[in-house]
Amino acid sequence: MTTAGFLVLSAFLASAVEGVEALTIVLASGVARGWRSSLTGVGAAVVALAVIVAALGPALTVVPIDALRLVVGGLLLAFGLQWLRKAILRASGFKALHDEDELFATELANARTAEHVERAGVDWYGFTLSFKGVLLEGLEVVFIVLTFGSTQGSIALAALGAGAAIVVVAGLGVLVKAPLARVPENTLKFAVGVMLTTFGIFWSTEGAGGSWPGSDAALFVVLAFVAATSFGAVALLKRRKRMLLVTAGAGA
Amino acid sequence: MSYLMRFGRFWWDFVVGDDWRSAALVVVGIGATAAVAASDIPAWWVMPLAVVVVLFVSLRREA
Repeated sequence: MTTAGFLVLSAFLASAVEGVEALTIVLASGVARGWRSSLTGVGAAVVALAVIVAALGPALTVVPIDALRLVVGGLLLAFGLQWLRKAILRASGFKALHDEDELFATELANARTAEHVERAGVDWYGFTLSFKGVLLEGLEVVFIVLTFGSTQGSIALAALGAGAAIVVVAGLGVLVKAPLARVPENTLKFAVGVMLTTFGIFWSTEGAGGSWPGSDAALFVVLAFVAATSFGAVALLKRRKRMLLVTAGAGA
Repeated sequence: MSYLMRFGRFWWDFVVGDDWRSAALVVVGIGATAAVAASDIPAWWVMPLAVVVVLFVSLRREA
């Protein structure tokens, strides 16, 4: 796989994860408060996200590439390590797995009990629930598309990966009409955490003045290193979890 | 809370999240990479090492 392919795949996976979470909120809003309000909220959020991309995308292309890689690499590392840490804790049993069915039930219960207030011809709760859900999850997608795309010199390629993911998730949502609970969300988050961290290491090193042996090909070595470190951490923490359970069992 | 503070809080939560120490260690790692690179020593190994340290420190606190 080329670095361009890796870029598209990373944007696709990250956007798919965020898309699944946004879909859960939109479905809860639509079922409880009506589809008109929910879909109006989705449309308004998509317009807001498009404005952000249109405003920031061209601005990022005029920043010197080394400065951009330094800042973007640092941001991706801080951001990606959050994903990776939580994914490792979930995979090893130290943190509860993300459950879309449970999230859907909670959002649905809240939406059903909220007061009906109509503004501009739509149910305001349903509108704002969808709008906030899509905007907040979408901002993460925008962040990834802009940082990946601008640093690698192709926002269009990153946007292609993100757009494909949104189409797939939205299509599945229309077909299934239920939260995509069967999507292995935690596995996807683990993969995205590894990819964000890999890009973060690669670009922050280049931005800080370092250079990689083998140039762009080193990206795949870094990927293997981050994946091996993460799987190693999961294995160690699983062993620790077992030991804690045995100790707790012996003490009971 | 003012609009500006909420805006700042949102971006802090978004990028740094609930573990500011990890973000601080990332900044230290980038600084170390720049220092090593400036002294004409290959610097590619610094950030991978920094990431292992960040993961170890942050996971140790939670597990």
